[in-house]
Amino acid sequence: MLTTSLKMKTFPHGVHPPERKEETSGKAIHRFPFAPVMIIHLSQHTGAPSRPIVREGQEVVRGQKIAEAEGFVSVPMHAPASGIIKKIGLAPSTLGKMIPAIYLQPFPASGQEVIEGTPCDVETATPDEIIKAIQDAGIVGLGGAAFPTHVKLKIPEGKWVDSLIINGIECEPYLTTDHRVMLEQIDDIYMGIRYTMKATGAKRAIIGIESNKPDAVEALRKTIPPDLPVTVEVFKVKYPQGAEKMLIKGLLNREVPSGGLPVDVHVVVSNVATTAEIGRLLPHGRGIQERVVTITGPGVEKKGNYLIPIGTPLRYALEQVGLRDNVSRVFLGGPMMGQALASLDIPINKGTSGVVVFTENEDARIPEKIYPCIRCAYCVDACPIFLNPSRLGILAKNEQYDLMAEEFHLFDCFECGACSYVCPSNIPLVQYFRIAKAIVRERKAAS
Amino acid sequence: MNTFQRTLEIRTSPHIKNDIRVDVIMRNVVFALLPVAAFAIYAFGFTALVLLTVSTLSCVLSEHLLCIATGRKSTIGDWSAAITGLLYGLTLPPGLPLWMVAGGGFIAIALGKFMFGGLGNNMFNPALVGRAVLQAAFPVAMTTWAPAFAPDRFGAILGSSLTFPFATPVFQAITSATPLGAMKFDHQMTGSFDLAMGLVGGSTGETSSLLILLGGAYLASRKMLNWRIPISIFAAVAIFSGIFHLINPTQYPSPIFMLFSGGLMLGAVFMATDMVASPMTTLGIIIYGSLIGVLVVIIRIWGGLPEGVMYAILFGNACSPLIDRVIQPTVYGTRKQRQAS
Repeated sequence: MLTTSLKMKTFPHGVHPPERKEETSGKAIHRFPFAPVMIIHLSQHTGAPSRPIVREGQEVVRGQKIAEAEGFVSVPMHAPASGIIKKIGLAPSTLGKMIPAIYLQPFPASGQEVIEGTPCDVETATPDEIIKAIQDAGIVGLGGAAFPTHVKLKIPEGKWVDSLIINGIECEPYLTTDHRVMLEQIDDIYMGIRYTMKATGAKRAIIGIESNKPDAVEALRKTIPPDLPVTVEVFKVKYPQGAEKMLIKGLLNREVPSGGLPVDVHVVVSNVATTAEIGRLLPHGRGIQERVVTITGPGVEKKGNYLIPIGTPLRYALEQVGLRDNVSRVFLGGPMMGQALASLDIPINKGTSGVVVFTENEDARIPEKIYPCIRCAYCVDACPIFLNPSRLGILAKNEQYDLMAEEFHLFDCFECGACSYVCPSNIPLVQYFRIAKAIVRERKAAS
Repeated sequence: MNTFQRTLEIRTSPHIKNDIRVDVIMRNVVFALLPVAAFAIYAFGFTALVLLTVSTLSCVLSEHLLCIATGRKSTIGDWSAAITGLLYGLTLPPGLPLWMVAGGGFIAIALGKFMFGGLGNNMFNPALVGRAVLQAAFPVAMTTWAPAFAPDRFGAILGSSLTFPFATPVFQAITSATPLGAMKFDHQMTGSFDLAMGLVGGSTGETSSLLILLGGAYLASRKMLNWRIPISIFAAVAIFSGIFHLINPTQYPSPIFMLFSGGLMLGAVFMATDMVASPMTTLGIIIYGSLIGVLVVIIRIWGGLPEGVMYAILFGNACSPLIDRVIQPTVYGTRKQRQAS
């Protein structure tokens, strides 16, 4: 036991929230039915919104492209089911704004078969062809960031990559999406690694997994294709191990320069579910029309990992799994960085990795009273970026936002929330930092 | 389904929080001090019990009344005043007149904590501020030590404790020398076993090194105390005094004696570790601890006083804002850039 823990990779600092994964980690991925109406947001990714290429009343088949990428930093959308385009209009977003979307009404008889496009052969395709195929498939980072994958894999002129890191860490409590993908979609993962290595020119690939998923480690290690330079590395269970910067630090002891990208240290990091999707879709020229989502939390009756068509309204999804009576909070993503929802009338998007439902019992655990900072340094020892959250918190309270940005590295904070999680005084540190960043950005834009 | 008509709460992430709160930390420090206090009562009897009660009550009451007088909500619920009171009492000589105990307790809270803005803002460990003021005002009373394990210690309170305010206390004929006093003024050494077990004279709560270390280990295991502070103090004391001991073993005491005598254990484990008045980064903490350790040895060997832990810690407290200013953690991703440029 000691030897394994010594061998395990990790980064300095970080926190250990309760994992709470045991309730869903053993549940196989279960396919969802089609909802009566689906809402496909036209901007569910970072970058320009997609442009609809269908008209209202038009019939579409499952997998058909219904919106086109608008420029390079954008992806197309595909029909999640065969049906009729009911409306092209506004729909509520996770942030509460109204944003453009396509409403699709599936045919009652819509099946699971998907139309195929032009296959992209990993042996013969050039890196640029693979990158084009990934964009055509509409693939974005499925870990939650929803950044277009092809943009990430396009290595800028003059830079090079030696290592591809496949991120199977899944350090957010509750979520088990990547865990199930690593158990059930192994062939897709290795196929995806082939495409991704070729697209980036990486000489080797490393799959990083936290030690709380030993079955995934074993399953992947057993099946490494002999011709593929892949290793599987085990990481200590620690939050936020799954953040790109922490993963690179733990694995290769390299630090992405402040304001830079992983490619600056010759690394590309790709989420394991994203990689599996590349391996699943590209050989058939298909587009992404569904994803695995963990629906869990104390407020859910049938917790599990579900294969859900993109565009399924959250309300419908929660009706399928059943909710308890004392539900108080619903959020997308894990409890550390997830987005709390004001409305259930939003769809499951490409970036939705999990839905966690809390009840009033969990609310009772959220303390209200804020004590003064006692300089305990818990936050200093938690911050994976080595900021001084205590100092930043005091500056934020004094509204010295510019000083925070200029001298205390405010913009290196990636808002993992470890500082707020540990603060014994209940000071809302990361919440202060978000506000400070917004104000500094606003001031910069104004000047 | 009524679930779907519920009002959803929106908060920003993180949506979960660990269970350690300020009051939980403070309460545990009090718990860790209780065995030390119990041993003090066992060694010094009824006198120690009364002294610790008065010191704790005076601090808690002072904080409560100061809050009310300035129109704030009372902050005694965070338990930090109780720690100050208990710690402060443990540093006093048993037999100190109780009116001095109460007055010092008020000063500890008013001057050491409240004036700076209350919890989290104090520059110095409040307990030591109270003690320092008493030391300056009543040097004789503060250095007169009642003997430990007196036979009638549970029968009666020491006469000096009940001295009328501002009257000169009359101490019992028999007073004991502390091991450090004996070392400094009479060149006598005390055995290390007696030191570690606390079978010696001294301040109320400083004598049992073993129980102090146990309390510290408990807090360190729950991460409520930064173990690097006592360890770096001990290391600095051992190394620095060890060098002199090696040069001249007859003139300079051994590092073991230095570690286990006087207030070093209590100071290093429970006083220097005051989160508010110590630095935040690991490197800063090591500098802070080493500084305190070196100062303790300097004061003990060359200073006019037999004991230097209190002033060394107060000096360390004074330096910690400076240490925190100079020693900042190196932010991820900024090291390489510096190399490149």
